[in-house]
Parts: sequence; structure tokens; C-alpha cells
Amino acid sequence: MIIHQILFIIFGIICVAGAVNLLVQRHPINSALSLVVVMASLALIYLLLGAEFVAAIQVIVYAGAIMVLFVFVIMLLNAGSEERTRGSHIAFFVGVPGVVVLAGTVAWLLIHSGGQLGSIKISASDFGNTQDIAHLLFRDFLLPFEITSVLILIAIMGAVVLGRKES
Amino acid sequence: MVPLSWYLILSAILFSLGVFGFLLKRNIITIFMSIELMLNAVNLSFVAFANYWNTHPAKLASGANVVPLSGHVFVFFVMVVAAAEAAVGLAIIISVFRTRETLNVDQVNLLKL
Amino acid sequence: MNQPSLNLWVIPLLPLIGAAINGLFGRRFKNAVVSTVALLFTAASLVWAVHAVWTLWPGGDRPYIETVATWITAGSFSAPFGFYLDQLSMIMVLVVTGVGFLIHVYSVGYMAHEGGFYRFFTYLNLFMFFMLTLVLANNYLLMFVGWEGVGLASYLLIGFFFQKDSAANAGKKAFIVNRIGDFGFLIGMFLIIQHFGTLNYADVFGKIASGHYTPELGWGLFTAIGLCLLFGATGKSAQVPLYVWLPDAMEGPTPVSALIHAATMVTAGIYMIARSHAIFNLAPHALEIVAIIGCLTAIFAATMGITQTDIKRVLAYSTISQLGYMVLACGVAAYAAGIFHLMTHAFFKALLFLGAGSVIHAVGGEQDMRRMGGLRKKIPITFWVMTAATFAIAGFPPFSGFFSKDEILGAAFHNHFGGPVLWVIGVITAGLTSFYMFRLWFMTFFGEYKPGAIDEGEEAHAASAPAHVAHTAASHSHGHADDEAHGHGHVHESPWIMLAPLVILAVLSVVGGWVGIPQFMSGGQNHFEHFLAPVMESGPPTSTQAAVPVTGNDTISTHAGPPSEENAGQEWLLAGTSVAAAVIGLFFAWLLYFKRRDLPGLIAAKIHGIYLLVLHKYYIDEGYGAIFVKPLLALSTVVFWHGVDQGIIDGLVNGAGSTSKGIGNELRRMQSGNIRSYAAWVAVGGAAVVAIMIWLGVGK
Repeated sequence: MIIHQILFIIFGIICVAGAVNLLVQRHPINSALSLVVVMASLALIYLLLGAEFVAAIQVIVYAGAIMVLFVFVIMLLNAGSEERTRGSHIAFFVGVPGVVVLAGTVAWLLIHSGGQLGSIKISASDFGNTQDIAHLLFRDFLLPFEITSVLILIAIMGAVVLGRKES
Repeated sequence: MVPLSWYLILSAILFSLGVFGFLLKRNIITIFMSIELMLNAVNLSFVAFANYWNTHPAKLASGANVVPLSGHVFVFFVMVVAAAEAAVGLAIIISVFRTRETLNVDQVNLLKL
Repeated sequence: MNQPSLNLWVIPLLPLIGAAINGLFGRRFKNAVVSTVALLFTAASLVWAVHAVWTLWPGGDRPYIETVATWITAGSFSAPFGFYLDQLSMIMVLVVTGVGFLIHVYSVGYMAHEGGFYRFFTYLNLFMFFMLTLVLANNYLLMFVGWEGVGLASYLLIGFFFQKDSAANAGKKAFIVNRIGDFGFLIGMFLIIQHFGTLNYADVFGKIASGHYTPELGWGLFTAIGLCLLFGATGKSAQVPLYVWLPDAMEGPTPVSALIHAATMVTAGIYMIARSHAIFNLAPHALEIVAIIGCLTAIFAATMGITQTDIKRVLAYSTISQLGYMVLACGVAAYAAGIFHLMTHAFFKALLFLGAGSVIHAVGGEQDMRRMGGLRKKIPITFWVMTAATFAIAGFPPFSGFFSKDEILGAAFHNHFGGPVLWVIGVITAGLTSFYMFRLWFMTFFGEYKPGAIDEGEEAHAASAPAHVAHTAASHSHGHADDEAHGHGHVHESPWIMLAPLVILAVLSVVGGWVGIPQFMSGGQNHFEHFLAPVMESGPPTSTQAAVPVTGNDTISTHAGPPSEENAGQEWLLAGTSVAAAVIGLFFAWLLYFKRRDLPGLIAAKIHGIYLLVLHKYYIDEGYGAIFVKPLLALSTVVFWHGVDQGIIDGLVNGAGSTSKGIGNELRRMQSGNIRSYAAWVAVGGAAVVAIMIWLGVGK
């Protein structure tokens, strides 16, 4: 349906605009807020894809927790605008073309042969619901789930240790 | 009826913008945010494919069916890892800031030959 | 062969063992021990040589060849460690060991107060080893080993007082000039290998004998070989043009001059030519050149000898001149005469040098004859032995020099190539020899002893001052180094250990010629020539001895035939002429250096230009320096040193190092510590991997 496409384009443009703004802004707080915009629009795109659970946790965890953490740190460190310092020439002259090549290749490939891939429909309402994901998570992927909890524990400890002041 | 390739192109654009941010920005926190942008781009890919496999079932090389929702589960795990990484990374940044008094990544270059 | 093995290899080996013992341990020994070791091994070698000769004397299979081991085998060519004893090498080995032993004994006394005593005897024994290898070898390659080895020993011994620049330079000059000659010898050997496939004497001469070669081949292979071998001989035996090292070699101690540069090493070239007579006999043009060179050298050196004031230099030029006689003898195919003169010359020249050493020792290190005089009452024994030697070299009968020199002159006269001219030059040289030897005799032993003052009436010395006085002053300080400490305030006779060899050599100088009294005088055969006859035939060595007296002339009819009755008168005439020349020389020497001592100065002033030319040895050394040495030095410095060595080779090596450094420096910049550049490289790497994967794998 065409409205599907229109919605996708709108949200896509917001996404890309936010990402570009992240690059362009000098003060990191502006970049952080742009990133929040990106994440919000991505959550909307997930909804278009029928991934309700993922959209929810995207907003809650990413935009709500991680970005808040970023903003806290920016304010804590009193980060100012970026000064212009002597940068890395390599990064500019080597990295940028490299990524352009990569992106261009992928894009060309997709445009060229993407027609062979099918299309996404806004699917039935029982796809991507929390119950099915919970079934997967707590049955088939139980071990990785538990390991990630351990990972979080280690991360907490690490953050606490690293964040301590030298006494 | 949005073609899958559009989602993938969007993902690629976001990813490359994230790499650009990593290469071109000088503030370490901004670089971190670029990393988060990259991760988000990849998440978008996963979710797109999860939807795709729902309507066009695919088979693994071993012959078993691909579980479509495994894409969502993977995104879940990516978010968990991203959260942990953000926490620890920001803690490192804070401790580096305490000693070097700067957030400019070009000035943290003592590990050189 | 039925006769027992003679073990000839022991003869060279014994002095080598002595050299090794003295060389390795001699530093800690006392002088007495060092000299005992050296003398013991030399004497043992002499005894063994005598025994070998005695065993082989009455006949038996000559030549006696023994092969100890195979040295080189390369394809069809092989060279053994082998030894060869025939009449020629018998004479040589006896001369070398006998005279060598006497000189060893003399050196014990002469070098008693010098530093480096053990070093001297080590080198001396080493020299004996190489010289004996040279004369006893059975193939040209082993002879070349000895040839090079004596060159080495000569270098070591000439430069014995190496702290002195002039001695070190003289040693280098001797070695280098010798090496130039060796180049010719090597080419000659290569030609022999190429044509005959072997270097063994027996094989080469056998092939020549059975190969039906004729001398009418003219300029050809044998001439080429002969000229190459001759070039080698001119280097070792100090002939024109490679004689320049021998006068400088007098920087070495006097026993060295006696042994190496009078009696043995310089005769190696003569021996080599005599040994290769089969080749030379087939190359008449080469022989002509040999004769010319010998004659030229003889008179050339004699003219230089009459102006020298250093007693050893006079003897050095005398040696060159006498070697010219020997080469001349070979050039007229009278090889036996050449070897005869070699033997007698070894006696009286060694005696002259040792006697000169005794004189130098007596006057406390002085070598300039103008500061000597009137020594005959003070050192009588030395005087009488020097007298015997002087008469011998001048060619007065019945001393040994007369017989040998006369035989050479006689053979030269009869030579079909320029015979009378060679004879005339030879006679003039004999006169000059007599003159300068008696000049030496008169200046040293007669007159008044005036040490320290140079008689103004003598030859003008202003021009010679830099060269000679500096030399003699310097040599005064070393030639007998510790004499000041010795408390020699007066002239004294040498100790008996130095005199005994002198006396023995004097006896030999007197009677040594009697084995070669020519046919026309004695009516019997010339024993020496008869002895060497079987060797000097161009045929292969056979086991049957010539029972019929052969005159030893070869297939080339360079002589007028055996002396017969009508020739005997001619022979007497020739002999008388050479004696007359000797007497004339004696007369002039008496006139100028005894009766009227002012004359030499006046004559020198009259012909000042010529006198200076001769005094400076015709500026040959300077000429060689300008033509050969300086350009070569310049080439070596500019092209080879700066250009090739420093520029190319060092440039390559250093360049490799600096290139590595440069590359490393460039690569180092990747590790900049800058996070963003690391990220960039990772991004590029990732992009490359993905691109490759897409290109490769996604072929659909």
C-alpha cells in the first residue's frame, strides 16, 4: 500500500536527517539529542515492520536509558564545543573513501538486484508479539539470556570500579 | 509494499554515517554516539529480515527452517550488549577525563611508537 | 725400483718442524735453546740430504722419483706431492743445505744481540723448508709452492726490522716484484698443462722427447712457454727488468742477504731454467732472449756497482751481475756451466756477505766503506777470507770463480747467435767485476781507519747524501742495533762462531772449482759437466747411465762441437783474455783506491753528469715509480677505493640498511596512537573484505 511507502519514506528521512545532524553539530549535547530523534524514528520504523516488542524496548532501553546516560555524562564532564585540532589525515583521506566505497557497493548491489528480494508487508498482528518472543527467549535462547545477565553484572562492576575516584 | 532493499539501504546509510562520525569527530562522546548509531543500523537490518522471513520462509544450510523471530531476539541481545558497553565505555571516558582533562581524542595518543 | 726408499720428503720437513717449534714456543725460550733447535733441524736435513745423495751416487735409478700423496686431481689433471732426485737436484740440495747450515751457524753469533731472535730463526728455517721443496719437487706445481714460499720468507726476512719504514717497504717491494714475475711463471705453467696435460717433470719431458718436436718450429708453443718461464725467472733471480728489489733487499740482516739473496733463493730462477732445458732447447728464439737478458743484466749491474759506497749494496749489484752470467750460460744452452757457476757463486758470494757482516760487526754497525779502511791488521781472519772470496769472484785462477766464469765465457763465444758479442760484453763485465770488488777490498782493508769522517777526496757524495747517508746512518742504528750498549769502542774480530763458517766457505771458494776443470786444461774430462750430462740431454731420463763420456752438449748445435785439439789453443786464448781482464780491473782498483786516492774524486767531477746517472742507478726506480706505480696507485685510489668500494659496495650495504630504516620509518607512522587513524584502517580493511566477498561470493 502506498501509505506504507509514504510512512517509510517520512520516517526514513527523519532518521537520516537526525544522523546527519549528529555529525554536523559541534556541541555533543546537540548530537545526543539528534541521536534520540534517530532512535525514536527507528522505533517507528520497527512498528511499521510489525516488531512491537522491539520498538518498545528500543524506546525504553535505548532512547530512555542509554541516551540519558550519555546526556548525564556530557553534563557531568561539562563537555564543551569541539575545538578544531589537528586531526588525523589518515582518517579523512583513507577512511572516508573506504566507507563510501563500501556503502556505495552495497547500495548499488541492492538497487541492482534488490528486485529479486521481495517486499515487506505490514504483517499480521500476531507477528512479533511479546509472547512469541518470550517463548524463544526463555526456551531456545535461555543460555545466551543467562549469559547476558552475567555480562550485565560484569559491566556494572566494571563501571563502578572505573568510575571511582582515586583515593 | 516496501521493498526489503529499501530497508537495507537505509540501514547501510545509517551505518556509513555512523562510521563517518567515528572517523571525523573529535569528541570522544560523540564518537561513542556514532558507535550507537552503527548498532542501531544493524538492528534495523535484523528486524527487516525477521519480517521478510516471516513471509518468505527460508531454510538454513542444514535444512531446518529459519525461525523468523530470532531476528528480534538477536536485536534484544544487541541492545543488552550495547547497554553494557555504553556503561563501561562511559566509565572509561570519565576516568580518562580525570587524568587528561580533555575529551579530545587526538590528545590521547601516548600509545604510539 | 729396487733401491730402498730414500724418504726425500723428510728433507724439507725437518726445517719446517724447526720453524714450527721456534715459531710457536720460541718466544719463551732462551737464545741458546732457539738456536739449538734451529741448528739441529737444519743439520739433520743436511745429514739426510747427504745420505740420500750418497745412496744414489754410484748409479742406481736416476732420477729417483717418489710420490708421497696426490695433491690435486681435477679431471684428467693431477698433481702429486712428489720428490725428484737427479744429478741437478743433488747439487742444488747439497748447496742449499750445506751453505744454509753454515749461515745458520753464523747467524747465531751475528744476531746474538738483536731482538726477535726466535723470529729470525723461525723464518730462516721456514725459508729452508720452502727452498728444499722447490729444488726437490717433481712437478712444476710443487716447485711453484716452494717458489712462492721463498718469496714469502724473503719478505719476512727483508722486513725483519719492521719498525723501520725502509725495511718494511723493501720487503713489500721484493714481494710485489717477485709476484709480477710469478705471473709469467703461472702463464707458462698453464701453457704446459694445456699442451701436455700434466706438470710432472718426468711426464712433460718424456712427452717432449717422444713427441718428435723439432727446433725448426720457430716461434711457437715452446717459445711462448720459454718466454713465460723466463719472465718468472727474471723476477726471482733479479734480472732485467725485475731486478729492482734486490738492492733494496739489503735492508735485511746480513745473513739473510747471504743466504737468500746470494746463495739460494735468487738461484731458483736459474734452477728452473736449467730444469726446463728440454723446453728451451726446442725454442731457439727464447734462448736468444735469455742470453740477451743475462748479458745485459750482467754489464748493467756491474756498472752500477762501481759507484756504490755501501758495502752491502756493492755486493748486491755484484750478485745481480753474477746471476746475469748464469742466465747467459743458460741462454747459450750451457746449462751445466750455469749450474757450476751457481755453485761456486754460492760459496764465494755467501762468504763475501758473511765477511761483510763480520766487518760491519767489527766496526760497530757502520756500512759505508768510506768510513772504513785499514782494517786488515785489526781483523786479520776476516781479511784473509775476504781476500780469498774477492780473488774468487774476480776470476783469478786457481780459485773457483775462474773455472766457472771461464766456462760460461767460452760457451758464449761459441754460441751461434751473436757469440763473440756476448763474449766481449762478458769479458768487459769480468773486468768491471774485478774492479769494483777490489775497490771494495782496498777501501775496506787498506789505508787508514777513519770512522765518522767522509773523505772529501772520495766520490762526490752531495747527491748521494740523502739516499745513502741517511740509509747508512739509519742502518748504523739498527744494523747492529745494540752495539752502543755493547761498549764497542774499538774494532774487534768476530767470535769464533761467526768465523768458523767463513773459513769453511773460504776453503770451498778456493777448491770448489776444481771439480769443473775444463777438458782443455786437464786433459781429462770436465767432471762436473760429465756428472750433469745425463740430465742435460734432451732425452727422457733413462736408467742406463752414459758410460761413454758425453760432453753434455744438446741436440741444438749451439756449440762448435766438442773441444778438439785445434780448439784447445783457442780455449787457452779465451781463458787468458778473461784473466787479463781481471788483472786490469785489479790494477785500476789499486791505482784509484790505494795509490792515488784523489783520482776518483777528480774523475767523478770530470764526468759529473754520467757519474750522477750511474750513482742513482740510472733512475730506473724513479722511472718504474712514475710509469707503473703512481698510475696504478691513482687508479686504485680513485676508481677502486672511492668508486667501487666506497661508492658501490658500501653504498649497497649501507643502502640496504638505510632503505630498511626508511621503510620502517614509514610503516611506523601507522602506529600513531591516534584512535581515529586506527579506526580508519579498520574501516578500510572491513570495506575491502566486504568488497572482496561481494565480488567473489555473490556470483549468484
